[in-house]
Amino acid sequence: MAVLGKEERKVLFDPLFNNNPIALQVLGICSALAVTTQMDKSFIMCIALTAVCGLSSLSVSIIRNYIPSSIRIIVQMCIIASFVIVADQVLQAFAFEISKSLSVFVGLIITNCIVMGRAEGYAMQNPPWASFLDGIGNGLGYSIILMGTALVRELFGAGKIFGHVIFKTVNEGGWYNPNGLMLLAPGAFFIIGFMIWGIRTFKPDQVEMEG
Amino acid sequence: MQKNSIQYIVVFATIVCVACSALVSVTAVSLKDRQDANLLLDKQKKVLSVAGLIGEGSSPTAEEVEAIFSENIDMQVIDVKNGTVAEGADIGNLLAYDQQAVSKTTDGGYDAPKNKAKVARIPNYVVMYTIKDGEGNPAQYVLPVEGMGLWGTMYGFLALDTDGNTIKGLTFYKHKETPGLGAEVDNPSWKAKWPGRLVYGESGSVDIKVIKGAAGSVEEAPYNVDGLSGATLTSNGVTNLFEFWMGEEVFGPLIANLTGEGSNA
Repeated sequence: MAVLGKEERKVLFDPLFNNNPIALQVLGICSALAVTTQMDKSFIMCIALTAVCGLSSLSVSIIRNYIPSSIRIIVQMCIIASFVIVADQVLQAFAFEISKSLSVFVGLIITNCIVMGRAEGYAMQNPPWASFLDGIGNGLGYSIILMGTALVRELFGAGKIFGHVIFKTVNEGGWYNPNGLMLLAPGAFFIIGFMIWGIRTFKPDQVEMEG
Repeated sequence: MQKNSIQYIVVFATIVCVACSALVSVTAVSLKDRQDANLLLDKQKKVLSVAGLIGEGSSPTAEEVEAIFSENIDMQVIDVKNGTVAEGADIGNLLAYDQQAVSKTTDGGYDAPKNKAKVARIPNYVVMYTIKDGEGNPAQYVLPVEGMGLWGTMYGFLALDTDGNTIKGLTFYKHKETPGLGAEVDNPSWKAKWPGRLVYGESGSVDIKVIKGAAGSVEEAPYNVDGLSGATLTSNGVTNLFEFWMGEEVFGPLIANLTGEGSNA
């Protein structure tokens, strides 16, 4: 860990639990509901988002001192959108099957509040290397929640993990009667809700003040 | 230049736009060949899998798919209205032929009559994939079909025996049905229920139906297929799709020609 000083480690690992973009900041919920029915889909989505988040924070940070404040948001959007299109193109070329099943959700990374939030909230004030790590860290924080949600949804909704049969379902002649709620978006709401509850039970300082 | 002056902002915005578009176009252009190859490969795989030439869940390499495809399959352009093979028709690369896109153009298709499958345009030409047996005679015909499911149009391929009646396989390569419910049209165990069922009843009408509940074996219920539980509308969509595409409006004349005496197919 020689390359990472104390500050770098903090920006990289804090978003995992202490300052998780989904669990604490409650950002990026839309895609967390949409792509978590299968783990392989979620996994590719996580990689795409982490890459976009890291690269866009890096780019925004490099030119942060030259961006006129009156157009900073649109400049960030422009950079983020370009990286999202690049990510989508790369997926279509190298992971065709998965990109077909992710369909519009890769494109919707553009509107994912996490990416924009990190560009505006961190990269505009901090040097490139730290911003890059911050973007990656937040991408990983998002990934942890997504993969956890997908694990529960795929296991209880389809009896599988990464497409491998764990519980043989009744449809295929097994014993497991899949839970249909897990396959629908509201299922993810419950799971993410439970995760937030769990994290806040261990870290009570994340609980918002009442009133 | 002042950082907040109009000139600076315009210049800055221009530079950002040019840089971003350069990044996007370089990526798009350099990956285009690979993406197109993926699309064609995917299509070939679907045709092979509906015809039962590659197993469900197996993942052959691009070269293997190419080899099996060229060895076993003839592609022919079909004139939909007459139901005949259109020898002279030039529709470019047969494999890359995008029937849906072409049918929307004025020259490429015509308005479909009102139908339950909610197909708006019928293409003038479709590509039929003829699967050959060991001696090079036709063994199966694979035809493109599409129809409205619950959330959107489902696109697929139907494999028919040379009698033009017995189904050999049905597969969907693009749909928007609900995962776990309607998306079970993709489920191998459901698709396995299709081979052997018959499209046309004794009177010659399209009798195949996806029914509610279990239909039983091919012998017991040659015209019925088990419904997808929790997905009645998707199941009905599949029934409607057969009714439209296999009826007189679209492939009826073709099937008659393929199976009729002294046909030109």
